[in-house]
Amino acid sequence: MIGQVWRWLLDGTNWQGGTGITHRLVEHLQYTGESVLIAAVIALPIGAVIGHSGRGKWLIAVANAFRAIPSLGLLFVVAMWFVSRLTGDAAYLVPTIIVLVILAIPPLLAGAYSGVSEVDPAARDAAFGMGMTGPQVLARVELPCALPLIFSGLRSATLQVIATATIAAAISVGGLGRFLIDGLANSDYIQMAGGAILVAALALVVDGVLAALQHLVVPGGLRSTGPSRRKRRTAAAAAQSAHAA
Amino acid sequence: MFAFVQEHWSDILSRGIEHAWLAGLPLLIGLLISLPMGWLARRAPWLRVVLVGGSSLLYTIPSLALFVLMPLVVKTSITAPINVIVAMTIYTIALLVRTVADALGAVSEETTQAAIAMGYTPLRRFFGVELPLAVPVISAGLRVAAVSNVAIVSVAALLGIRQLGFYLTDGYQTNYWAEVWTGVVACLVLALIFDVVIQLITTVLTPWQRGRAA
Repeated sequence: MIGQVWRWLLDGTNWQGGTGITHRLVEHLQYTGESVLIAAVIALPIGAVIGHSGRGKWLIAVANAFRAIPSLGLLFVVAMWFVSRLTGDAAYLVPTIIVLVILAIPPLLAGAYSGVSEVDPAARDAAFGMGMTGPQVLARVELPCALPLIFSGLRSATLQVIATATIAAAISVGGLGRFLIDGLANSDYIQMAGGAILVAALALVVDGVLAALQHLVVPGGLRSTGPSRRKRRTAAAAAQSAHAA
Repeated sequence: MFAFVQEHWSDILSRGIEHAWLAGLPLLIGLLISLPMGWLARRAPWLRVVLVGGSSLLYTIPSLALFVLMPLVVKTSITAPINVIVAMTIYTIALLVRTVADALGAVSEETTQAAIAMGYTPLRRFFGVELPLAVPVISAGLRVAAVSNVAIVSVAALLGIRQLGFYLTDGYQTNYWAEVWTGVVACLVLALIFDVVIQLITTVLTPWQRGRAA
């Protein structure tokens, strides 16, 4: 069976045309890129400001509570609401992007918030002592120091979006999920498994690219994680954040 | 929605129980596998890279894709519930190995040394001192895994596996709002039940924390 799946993947005719793998892959990347970008524009500034000022923390808790909602349910609820209000392709595409944005916001928000609020107070005090204003401290000290956690938020948001964009094939949009949903409808397991391998590979490659980008962007001084003190703090922080949720 | 719930009460309950199995059993198996893996990850840095890195790589794979790929690995049919159990166990392990390793690492050196000085063997030290002290952090990780498991299991409804996600797919296909809302609320209630149960067990296991509970 694995041999058949392999042959399906290597068959050039499966890659061409409007329903081919190449087209579906581009669609999948398009949905993912658009949604993560919109979500980042909304969530990163809000998270950074909440982390900087310490005000409006309830918003983080609300966003985290949203994560308990099953993404399949959210997708169907939003799609049902829009389907009677829009026509054509937009009737499925708009709700899909909206759901993907909603799902990408909590991890991005949490990453920006905890990144900024967990900056070493000594570094923050030193920046104020050098005469920087509040916004300058945020832009020049807190945000660079927050980059590792901002990136981990970005990576989990992107993975969540790639996964849910797959499921979105159930409401008649494109993307690699089509092979899984159509394969199921036609009892064509080879096509389903081929699609699943493509989805898994896409997720792994995108996450790898973001990890490489993180390595390039994050300043070297922040990369070396001291073994004991830092980890103990993050473990404690994890326990606390779960209690808050 | 209330009319729908009243009419389908017994069906909702039986699907809820199946959903609880599909989400809960992997939680238990995953925890049992994560404990030795987390302990091993603390032994050597390269083991940590292999175990924590490897499991987080598996976590990267989207749920629907993992469900679909399971028959290639487990040699079952695509509609077999065992696919979901195995896939969810993989996700649980991916979340918990790091948590267990960090939780064991957070046990203070003084405590471990005191246990050694009192003559605790390594095995007794692990079960008698380090593991109990790590319970609060492990339980926090377990709560995250439980909520995420309940949500992810509902995706398996797309493959026709019996659980609460059925109300989402069926309600969407028949454009029946009450049914979709029933599915969403039932999943949330189940996640809440898991959360409360884990917290209760944690309270029982950590009597020393009860006095200073926030």
